Amino acid sequence: MSLRIMPKSALKAWIQRLQQRSFRIVGPKALHGRYVFADITDPDELAIDYPTTLSAPKQFLLPPREVLFSFNADTMDMTAHIEAEPTVLFGVHTCDMHAIQLLDTVQNNGFADQHYRARRDALYLVSIECLKPCSAQCFCKDMETYSITETYDVHLADMGDAYAVRVGSDKGEELLAGFTNIWEGADSDQQRLNEVMSQKWQNFEFRLDATLSQLPEVLGAAMHSAHWDELGDICLACGACTQVCPTCYCFDVTDEVDLTLTHGVRLRAWDSCQIEKFAVVAGNHNFRSQLGRRQRHRFMRKGKYQYEAYGKMGCVGCGRCGTTCPVAITCIKTFNHLTQESAERQAAVEVKA
Amino acid sequence: MITLLKETLSRQSIYMPTPARIAAMTPLTASETLFRVELPSGFHLHHRPGQFVELSVLGVGEAPISICSAPTRSNGSFELCVRAVGKLTNAVHKLPPGAKVGIRGPFGRSFPVERFYGRDILFVAGGLGLAPLRSLIDEVMDHRGMFDRVILLVGARTPRDLLFPDDLARWTARDDIEVHITVERPTEEWVSNVGVITTLFNKIDYQGRNMVATVVGPPVMYKFVLPDLLAHGLADSDIWMSFERQMKCGVGKCGHCQMHHIYTCQSGPIFSYQEVKNLQEAFA
Repeated sequence: MSLRIMPKSALKAWIQRLQQRSFRIVGPKALHGRYVFADITDPDELAIDYPTTLSAPKQFLLPPREVLFSFNADTMDMTAHIEAEPTVLFGVHTCDMHAIQLLDTVQNNGFADQHYRARRDALYLVSIECLKPCSAQCFCKDMETYSITETYDVHLADMGDAYAVRVGSDKGEELLAGFTNIWEGADSDQQRLNEVMSQKWQNFEFRLDATLSQLPEVLGAAMHSAHWDELGDICLACGACTQVCPTCYCFDVTDEVDLTLTHGVRLRAWDSCQIEKFAVVAGNHNFRSQLGRRQRHRFMRKGKYQYEAYGKMGCVGCGRCGTTCPVAITCIKTFNHLTQESAERQAAVEVKA
Repeated sequence: MITLLKETLSRQSIYMPTPARIAAMTPLTASETLFRVELPSGFHLHHRPGQFVELSVLGVGEAPISICSAPTRSNGSFELCVRAVGKLTNAVHKLPPGAKVGIRGPFGRSFPVERFYGRDILFVAGGLGLAPLRSLIDEVMDHRGMFDRVILLVGARTPRDLLFPDDLARWTARDDIEVHITVERPTEEWVSNVGVITTLFNKIDYQGRNMVATVVGPPVMYKFVLPDLLAHGLADSDIWMSFERQMKCGVGKCGHCQMHHIYTCQSGPIFSYQEVKNLQEAFA
């Protein structure tokens, strides 16, 4: 895994070259004063020094709405829609890379999802080292997602006038094949990168009161906390938090037919555990009818359940849910409140003893 | 013979069902009908008691339905008991016999039948819970020598809501299974027990028995049945249940059936009390 150097001025030429090679290019792009991941047609649109995006890159692996198969209900003929085109996702922050790792685990676990697999195989990930926190809501240092050592095809680190480039896979080599404005780094480049990285760690602060390894325990002890109802009291059940979350992947399945009622498609669309009917079963029993219960389920997934099921946290500390929530329910406030409660309970036990 | 699961997995998409045919429809109550589903020739469901399939009507949707025929009685075709309660289940009821449906599965964990060998089995079926249990009951009755006493408790709201009257008569007629039936609201002709299902518990002799219980019913039933069984000395690990959740995908992806960190469609729907007693939202 040797270090390579690409002058920043070469980035545009590299993207153009990839476009000529028929890759779809997606990256962070300014939109109404915020940033989103979107198609890049002109390399100048790529805002690679973006703070954070409104929405997560998951939409290029699990589209908000996706046809699974089309059918003829009379003949029962069915055709699977497996859609994937070679796509390079540029400028992915490391928190989002960790989120993609979790999505990979979930979608490949047991019954592998072919729709996801095809898109994932065709997706090339060019990640970028974050050198400073991107918002007041992010806490990637706490979640240990502010760097990445695997999963990327190409990883960039900003060294001022050039990028330190690491290639993590054959797909990464494929992206750089034939591109000449990149060269092997010298010892002095490695030294410079080390300096950039040493500087980086100091730029991030811990924002959670609990450590990553304490979080599942803190949440487990908070199962019956009154705080869930406090969140439920203000939550609007809009589901925005799960829409912008880079690791939320739950979906609903529906059929749509044309006027003949014969030809149609079965499709899936993003769903949200914050919506009232998410956990309703036949006979209308709702396992999470109260808003507080639904918020609890979401936070438990982020800091405990997914970790228990897949060995990887469901929260990567990107802060998007906190930024997006119309009533300012945030991960940092919630996790810290519960950590505080946990400490108070502990203190009460010690006083008794 | 190709198993249906192998066929499901070999398709281009795990969400694409295998076409099957409604071979017979038998109304059981005002809202429940028994469907016999025939797979294309050469296919075999190859399920175990307690598993479910995803039933599709193309253009309407898909829903998880417990398989209610025993593996011993599902050669080439199998049975589903469907209550008309939602979009898909209502649509299935309106299909003509011979109609095409889609099937995926079988999915989920089954009852661990082998672990019940040599022991008393107590079946506790509330309402529609008799459907998934019927698959297990017939499996047990078709291998009757492998078990000690077999006791079936059935509860329904009214006599008209009792499912599988023919099967109940068939089992009652045998002397190697003890059957007790109760209804909450009797009709004038009703001569049997009246009351909730727990009122049948005092009819059973638990003393010194090596008993395992399988309990399937609406969520509210567990709240009353479980304490009774535990009070009668059954171990947490000897009480088995089937959980109802909205298993939209059946393959551990859509998130709807998640309780705690568990996807019911993958780790369940069959669970022992031991496995779920400390999980939030397991019972309500």
